[in-house]
Amino acid sequence: MVHWTAEEKQLITSIWSKVNVEECGAEALARLLIVYPWTQRFFSSFGNLSSPTAIIGNPKVRAHGRKVLSSFGEAVKNLDNIKNTYAKLSELHCEKLHVDPENFRLLGDILIIVLAAHFARDFTPACQFAWQKLVSVVAHALARKYH
Amino acid sequence: MVLSAADKTNVKGIFSKIGGHAEEYGAETLERMFITYPQTKTYFPHFDLQHGSAQIKAHGKKVAAALVEAVNHIDDIAGALSKLSDLHAQKLRVDPVNFRFLGHCFLVVVAIHHPAALTPEVHASLDKFMCAVGTVLTAKYR
Repeated sequence: MVHWTAEEKQLITSIWSKVNVEECGAEALARLLIVYPWTQRFFSSFGNLSSPTAIIGNPKVRAHGRKVLSSFGEAVKNLDNIKNTYAKLSELHCEKLHVDPENFRLLGDILIIVLAAHFARDFTPACQFAWQKLVSVVAHALARKYH
Repeated sequence: MVLSAADKTNVKGIFSKIGGHAEEYGAETLERMFITYPQTKTYFPHFDLQHGSAQIKAHGKKVAAALVEAVNHIDDIAGALSKLSDLHAQKLRVDPVNFRFLGHCFLVVVAIHHPAALTPEVHASLDKFMCAVGTVLTAKYR
């Protein structure tokens, strides 16, 4: 089980409380598809992904980004039980969607950069540490069904 | 992975925005890297790694200067960083995975200070550039 210090929990929840899930989620997913274009292979049903502009404006990307980040919210609410919180999603990603777990790490890093851009100096090194730990734990939980 | 003409323009553009802050960003990048990825500290047992350390500032300046040099010779990064490549291969032997951590932390620092300039396209170009630098620095490892 992951051990969170009180400070780490506070840094995570205080940032999360100010996150616009729809905006941040859309931006994070769009950036994933733009910065690491091979990730587009999982979204062939999303329509036009032919350019950064197309990706950013794509309503399916926005909607899915929001979905993805909302589920992060579940992790934030259940920091002491992330493994079980993601059990079903892990099954889905591993057994049905066949997503390479490396992609979870890539999305986590992109999310960190999006948060850094939004929160600027408030995204202190200590904040970054807590959030990198969170995205790493989430990535691990999502990849669990592969093990 | 190849840097397109657009990538080179984007990288030169963002570094031009960074301007004289490069040294400061170099130090901040290192500080974040040491905090976020504590295993990277193993390469600096001789350093004071506390916040504000003069050694981190000095080393950040060195790292930033190398990045700026690479940007100024973006058509031949391997040539520009050849000596550094030798150093990393023969003496420092920093495990290749750590260049990814450094690159990521640098992007975080740029995001913090220039959020509007770090558009998705520029983000992609800068990420590719940092990968290219890492590749050059580890090219002679074996």
